[in-house]
Amino acid sequence: MSTLIVSPSPHIHSKDSTKSLMRDVVIALVPAIICSVIFYGWQELLVLGVSVASCVLLEWAITKYMLKQPSTVGDLSAVITGILLALNLPYTTPWWMVFIGAVVAIGVAKMTFGGIGQNIWNPALVGRVFLLVSFPTYMTSWSQPQGLFGVDAVSGPTPLGTIQEGLMQGSTVQELTASFNYKDLLFANLGGSAGEVCALALLAGFVYLCVRRVIKPWITLSIFATVALTSLIFWGIDPARFTDPLFNLLTGGLILGACFMATDYVTSPMSLWGGVIFGVGIGFLTMMIRYFGSYPEGVSFAILIMNSVVPLLNMWFKQKKFGRK
Amino acid sequence: MRKPTFSMGGVHPHDNKISRECAIQPLPLAPVVYISVAQHIGAPSVPCVAVGDKVKVGQVIAEPGGFVSAYIHSSVSGTVKSIGPRPDLAGRPSTHIEIAVEGDEWLEGIDTTDTLITTLPEDNKATVEKIKLGGVVGLGGATFPTHVKLSPPPGSKCERVIINGCECEPYLTSDFRTLLEKGEQVVVGAAILRKVMGDVPCTIAIEENKPEAIAHIKEVIAKLGYEGIEVMSMKMRYPQGGEKQLIDAVMHRQVGSGALPISVGAVVQNVATALAVYDAVQKNKPIVDNSVTVTGECFPKQANLLVRVGTPLRYIVDYLGGVPENAAKIISGGPMMGRAVANLDAATVKGTGALLFLTEEQTRRAPESNCIRCGKCADACPMGLEPFLLVRLSRAKDVEALEANAAQDCIECGCCLYSCPAHIQLLDSIRIGKGSVLGAIRARAAAAKAAAEAAKK
Amino acid sequence: MTSTIIWTIAVVTVLGLVLALVLYLVAQKFKVEEDPRIDEVEKVMPGANCGGCGFAGCRAFAEAAVKAPNLDKNYCPVGGNDTMAKVAAILGYEVKAKAPMVAVVRCNGTCEARPRVNDYDGYASCVVKSTLYTGDTGCAFGCLGCGDCVNACQFGALSMDPVTGLPVVDEEKCTACGSCVKACPKFIIELRPKGPRGMREFVSCVNKDKGPVAKKACANACIGCGICAKTCTHEAIVVENNVAYIDPAKCKLCRECEAMCPTNAIHGVNFPKPLDKEAVKARIKERQLKAKEAANA
Repeated sequence: MSTLIVSPSPHIHSKDSTKSLMRDVVIALVPAIICSVIFYGWQELLVLGVSVASCVLLEWAITKYMLKQPSTVGDLSAVITGILLALNLPYTTPWWMVFIGAVVAIGVAKMTFGGIGQNIWNPALVGRVFLLVSFPTYMTSWSQPQGLFGVDAVSGPTPLGTIQEGLMQGSTVQELTASFNYKDLLFANLGGSAGEVCALALLAGFVYLCVRRVIKPWITLSIFATVALTSLIFWGIDPARFTDPLFNLLTGGLILGACFMATDYVTSPMSLWGGVIFGVGIGFLTMMIRYFGSYPEGVSFAILIMNSVVPLLNMWFKQKKFGRK
Repeated sequence: MRKPTFSMGGVHPHDNKISRECAIQPLPLAPVVYISVAQHIGAPSVPCVAVGDKVKVGQVIAEPGGFVSAYIHSSVSGTVKSIGPRPDLAGRPSTHIEIAVEGDEWLEGIDTTDTLITTLPEDNKATVEKIKLGGVVGLGGATFPTHVKLSPPPGSKCERVIINGCECEPYLTSDFRTLLEKGEQVVVGAAILRKVMGDVPCTIAIEENKPEAIAHIKEVIAKLGYEGIEVMSMKMRYPQGGEKQLIDAVMHRQVGSGALPISVGAVVQNVATALAVYDAVQKNKPIVDNSVTVTGECFPKQANLLVRVGTPLRYIVDYLGGVPENAAKIISGGPMMGRAVANLDAATVKGTGALLFLTEEQTRRAPESNCIRCGKCADACPMGLEPFLLVRLSRAKDVEALEANAAQDCIECGCCLYSCPAHIQLLDSIRIGKGSVLGAIRARAAAAKAAAEAAKK
Repeated sequence: MTSTIIWTIAVVTVLGLVLALVLYLVAQKFKVEEDPRIDEVEKVMPGANCGGCGFAGCRAFAEAAVKAPNLDKNYCPVGGNDTMAKVAAILGYEVKAKAPMVAVVRCNGTCEARPRVNDYDGYASCVVKSTLYTGDTGCAFGCLGCGDCVNACQFGALSMDPVTGLPVVDEEKCTACGSCVKACPKFIIELRPKGPRGMREFVSCVNKDKGPVAKKACANACIGCGICAKTCTHEAIVVENNVAYIDPAKCKLCRECEAMCPTNAIHGVNFPKPLDKEAVKARIKERQLKAKEAANA
């Protein structure tokens, strides 16, 4: 002991750090990663690898050469962006397209705003939506899962895509959904972007995050509730035109979006009621886009739209202060 | 059944009560003590002895310097060597009375025996006067003069006395040991306090991690047969021992912004204060010593010591074997709200409750990174504030917005900084913001007063 | 095809004209009557909006200057005499030329001179640090080294010297706006006249402790010994609260005090030649001897 440290109180700190929280999110995504690799095979692994590697490298390069700041790669947030982006893309996406997605996600949506904590929109979703509007053919035509060791790849649209097209051709929802089995949806037996395939794996990750108190469940639950309620009403009015609640909950990346993207710290409101309104907004917008929009799938757009109003929600919905009305 | 606790925020640091088995032992007298005249909140006391005077233990050496102030007594017998500025534990010069110790002769009239006196005095006014003469201040940390707290302003009525035995700060065990070893005295002190406040009910609040203390105090109450005193086992949660939080937990009432506990009918006193009240009222013994926990994982000799006020910190540490090699920070008080010691030559004051040694690894702050807007600080804030917002406003020096967002309500408990995953030094900046808001409020009040006086003329 | 282009041009042109007319009318209707001189004054201001003049910004200064009966209370330290001459010309006032000022850091407790006894580990702000304790060294008055002054300076005139741990003023950039003076919780920085060709003499210490205490805390501290005050033949130096202060109005830049200071706490800057301490000391000694002889005689 030569000199005594002096600092203002408190003198101890919890074990939480940005890195430890992000590490928990990565752990929570592991079941979904394993699931998607098993169902889609090595191609999915390639998409994941390219996505994570390019996100991390881009963030490192931007902080080092453009911003000339200490690198923030160590906090693992770029890894999460990479995984989420990959899980949002079809496993057939060519590597260069994944790279472009990463450039948009990290370069445009994250680092332009000043890096972690400063961005308005979820970087992975911005990357995904950019690819969706730029390369619609690649992004909306998925192959049927072929399995890790499978050989027969059957090209076809996602369940929601099937419905959207079928409805345009005059079929009713009942006829179209007859071909789907809810068990298949739950256990990932249908086409879709990687993260859409195994609901159970994603929910397991979500439960892990809640148990570890990394996130609070209100946003996710309010999205589920709103989606269920909205589709219940519409389905009740006209089951021939509108899909049923369970179908809507299990398809189109809703679970991935609600559990991992809407709950992103940076782009979600902080207070309980702000979070609930945020979730209701996402759920309602998702259903409106699904029922009336031109895209079969609306979670990404809904989350991005609600991301934009987060500052307002933070301002309007504050927690009650002690001893004040 | 869910144990009572406060309604919002809070954190759960590991309690680390490693010195809980160490019985309170008296520390041998130091050769010289330095008694500060500013040991309490309020006006510093005025020395009433001169250099060269002989003093005895318990003799008044400084008188209150205002309404909110306290008597200060000599903690040793000996000769006054000097009266003058000396750096306190922050290195700031403040007036100390230096006394060279000669023997241990107590002032006549002080009962130094262990006999428990359970009969309560009849005259409440005389009791409060005795507490004032005993120099009793709140020993929970704030050192607010107790007699002022016991004289509620006209119009307010006390409905419950709460004895704070939560000791929610990690590491600290002096209150716990006091409850175990001097439980009878504390209960009599509590009985005196509730009688003074008008025979109101009294709750002794103890956190559930001290089951021995809870059981012992329950036994003592039954044995002594006092009415109206109950023990409440609280959930373990920091900052339960905060005055506003404890009132919320026990009475389910929230003290408003800038208001005093008495506004909701509560008077909170610490366990050590209750003991000091017993000593002052029943034994005529003023505060001359207090129990200090000396602890820390890197400190080999855990101890709870009975230390005379004004003992140099270095003397205490040397008695226990000196500062360990790997200790990087010494804290006077607990790790959440205690003050870092910049100067080990400083002397203890009435409110010194602990000396905690932390290693560099335990205490060194990680560099700040960007706020990730996780909201953990807001979840942890027991006052329902938004630290992430306040820190931004404070660094931007926006006093108006700080006031609108209630920066002045901050109790500086440190939960926000403790829980921030980005290691943002939230409380450091919020404290500055709070200071400027309080300054603005005071300036406004002064201006309003001046305007009112001008209007009168 | 051609008609489309023509129509487009026509529509856009008409639209532009209509909107221009609307804008013009609105501007006329909501026009605020203002003294045109405010704009003129604002134009000659430096435009830094630093608040060094005591007003919220250059516009506020201009408004106040136009309303004021004279310019005694309105002086822009950043623009200095040149700017004030222009302002005076616009408003038709007289202006007294002021000596140009510069920020002076009155602490020379370098890392070397001040042994460290504590290690600060909190938010890097002098204000936060000063509310906590007296600083990392034994000196309770010296620079805390967190750079609040550097952050307060809008002109980039201050920087922390990594070797000494003290702020350094870039005289070229310093405008004497006083932001750093207000930012420093230890009141170390002072605005002093720049002096002829930048030459000035000042006590680079504000330690009010008694000599031995100050000396123990910092080798470069002013110990309040009073030798400088005794040496000074211009009565420019006062020793108060154990610290010396040189009145710039009385100082004749003879540098005798600097030579005599036992702790080198007095600094002279921008002098063309380095100070030959021995020569000056000999000169002083001779003078004092003569004075003694004269007194004896």
